[in-house]
Amino acid sequence: MKRAVISASGVSHSFDTGPTPVTVLRDIDVEVYAGELLMLVGPSGSGKTTLLHILGRLLSPSSGVVTLYGKNTQALGEEELAALRLKYFGFIFQAYNLFPVLTATENVMVMLDLLGVSRQIARNRARELLKSVGLGHRLDAFPSQLSSGQRQRVAIARALAGDPKILMADEPTAALDAESGLRAIELLQILAHQQERAVVIVTHDPRILHFGDRVIHLEDGQIAERLAAPRDLSPQHAMGAL
Amino acid sequence: MSLGKEIGRATRQFAGYSGVAWRGPSLTLLIAWRNLVHDRIRFGVTLVGIAFSTILVGIQLGMLLNFLQTTSTVVDRAGANIWVAAHGVPSVDLATPIDGRRRFQSVAVEGVAAAEPYLLHFGFWKRADGIRQIVILIGVEPGAEMGLPLTLPAGQSFREALSSPDGIIIDRLYAEKLGVTGLNQLVEINDRRARVVGFTDGIRTFTQSPYVFTSLRNARWLLGRSDDVITYVLIRVVAGQDPAAVIERLSARMPDVDVMTSREFASSSQKYWLLTTGAGISIICSSLLALFVGVVIVAQTLYASTMDRLPEYAVIRAMGGPRWYLYKIVIEQAVIGGVIGSAVGIAAVLVLVYLGRNMSSPPLVPAWLALGIGAVTVVMCVGASLVSISKITSIDPVKVFR
Ligand SMILES: Nc1ncnc2c1ncn2[C@@H]1O[C@H](COP(=O)(O)OP(=O)(O)OP(=O)(O)O)[C@@H](O)[C@H]1O
Ligand SMILES: [Mg+2]
Repeated sequence: MKRAVISASGVSHSFDTGPTPVTVLRDIDVEVYAGELLMLVGPSGSGKTTLLHILGRLLSPSSGVVTLYGKNTQALGEEELAALRLKYFGFIFQAYNLFPVLTATENVMVMLDLLGVSRQIARNRARELLKSVGLGHRLDAFPSQLSSGQRQRVAIARALAGDPKILMADEPTAALDAESGLRAIELLQILAHQQERAVVIVTHDPRILHFGDRVIHLEDGQIAERLAAPRDLSPQHAMGAL
Repeated sequence: MSLGKEIGRATRQFAGYSGVAWRGPSLTLLIAWRNLVHDRIRFGVTLVGIAFSTILVGIQLGMLLNFLQTTSTVVDRAGANIWVAAHGVPSVDLATPIDGRRRFQSVAVEGVAAAEPYLLHFGFWKRADGIRQIVILIGVEPGAEMGLPLTLPAGQSFREALSSPDGIIIDRLYAEKLGVTGLNQLVEINDRRARVVGFTDGIRTFTQSPYVFTSLRNARWLLGRSDDVITYVLIRVVAGQDPAAVIERLSARMPDVDVMTSREFASSSQKYWLLTTGAGISIICSSLLALFVGVVIVAQTLYASTMDRLPEYAVIRAMGGPRWYLYKIVIEQAVIGGVIGSAVGIAAVLVLVYLGRNMSSPPLVPAWLALGIGAVTVVMCVGASLVSISKITSIDPVKVFR
């Protein structure tokens, strides 16, 4: 039996920023496994992003337990959680949020700088990573000079720089055209299947649903449906598409 | 090679590599620099703000230093170890007379090598065109070893100059003000005649009344005073003697006058002008104000730049970057701005000081003052970054990603 990388049980969350607390997640149980691409889907406002943030240890749930490699993370402070994220997680955000004043290479280097990698080694590594995601010809371009698909790939390279065991992406295809979106998902699938990383993707996009090894359907803060999606595209097949 | 393998190689090749080797300058410095130059107008405003604040502070403190130095010039340059003055004299220029016998009483005290009379008093100088100027007459004995500025141009000696019965010496800086065009010119002081026999260089006056050096005899005559009045006794102590002990003995012998070291007298003269006239206080206040305005400008531009980068900073937090990494970026921005801005400001101050070197009260900006102002400016810039830092502290990575 596979061991869960992240395991959430009995997770509920409510935001009490407004006049009355809003409960957005109710009693959720999720496990995330290495080598698997997990999709979180559901209508807008159903709590997908919130759940992703909780799984990615960006947000602590109001109640419930989240473990990472079997260890409870509930008691950790803000800086300890940050250190945990640095070590285990790679995040790909919808808005990419690349530093506009840094080149593609330098943006990737930031992640390595956080990890304490020396400047020269970081530069070489950032270049290799960018080449591997197909940006070898745009190494010194600034984000404003890149297409959104290319920016997305810089963000992926940045997320991969620390060789994270877990990758989390919120709507990674939302800002991309169909073609680039497909490429991005295929890339994430390769990272899961060939490199034994755990990949969690939040999406609205029905076109990419079938890439998920498992699909969790959220509705109104509760799990409505769990689907084990067939792998109708083999990794080799995906390669061909790239 | 398949794409998957390639990415795998690219990521794993360095996995577990931690910065054992020399890390090189951190990326934060690069980010800080680019953040600054990214918005050139804002950077320009920042630098101009810092530079102006530095210039204001530099010039004002330079003036203050000049004031302080000129208020005690004659004391500093007299070469005496100890001064004997009337009780309660606040500043060297504001003297009240003492009895001429004080000199002989002083000589008799153990540890005193030499004691010389020194007369200082205001006088009225009449220029050829009839305009009157207040001057400060200083009279010493022609053979005196103390009390004279040692800056007489080569080829002249005070002794010679002062041994002529009506001879006076003024400073070149004030020759024009006093209507003097050359040596041996006859002038009038207190309606009595005197002759300019020499010039000093760089003996400035704080009160704007020029110093006029002459022999004790001549000074008395010009002032119309009785023969035994003096203002100070200048004392040199025997080599190896503790001045404090000598001062104690002098005070015991003459309890009704003030006896102090040259340094004490110089600093009390400085303090008097600094504190009682309000000039010093107002200069210090306006320097602080200039510094404050500079800080506000820096805080403002730095804050705007931090607000621009908030989404990226939040991403760094989300990726697991510690807060101090972000603080470092902001502080480095402040330091870079502070160093460049204050360097520009100090360069401008030095140019202004050079251009104003012949004014009657030119600002005085020695290296320690310039560097000190630079350091204070940089520290203030870092202080100005606190507003931005408090903003960063409250960054919630989650907020940015919805
Ligand atoms: N900080 C917050 N304060 C109050 N309510 C919040 C906050 N963040 C999210 N919510 C609410 O929680 C609910 C779930 O939000 P969430 O972003 O997780 O939904 P989602 O499924 O990702 O939606 P979408 O598909 O539109 O991105 C929404 O009703 C939202 O309004
Ligand atoms: Mg969402």
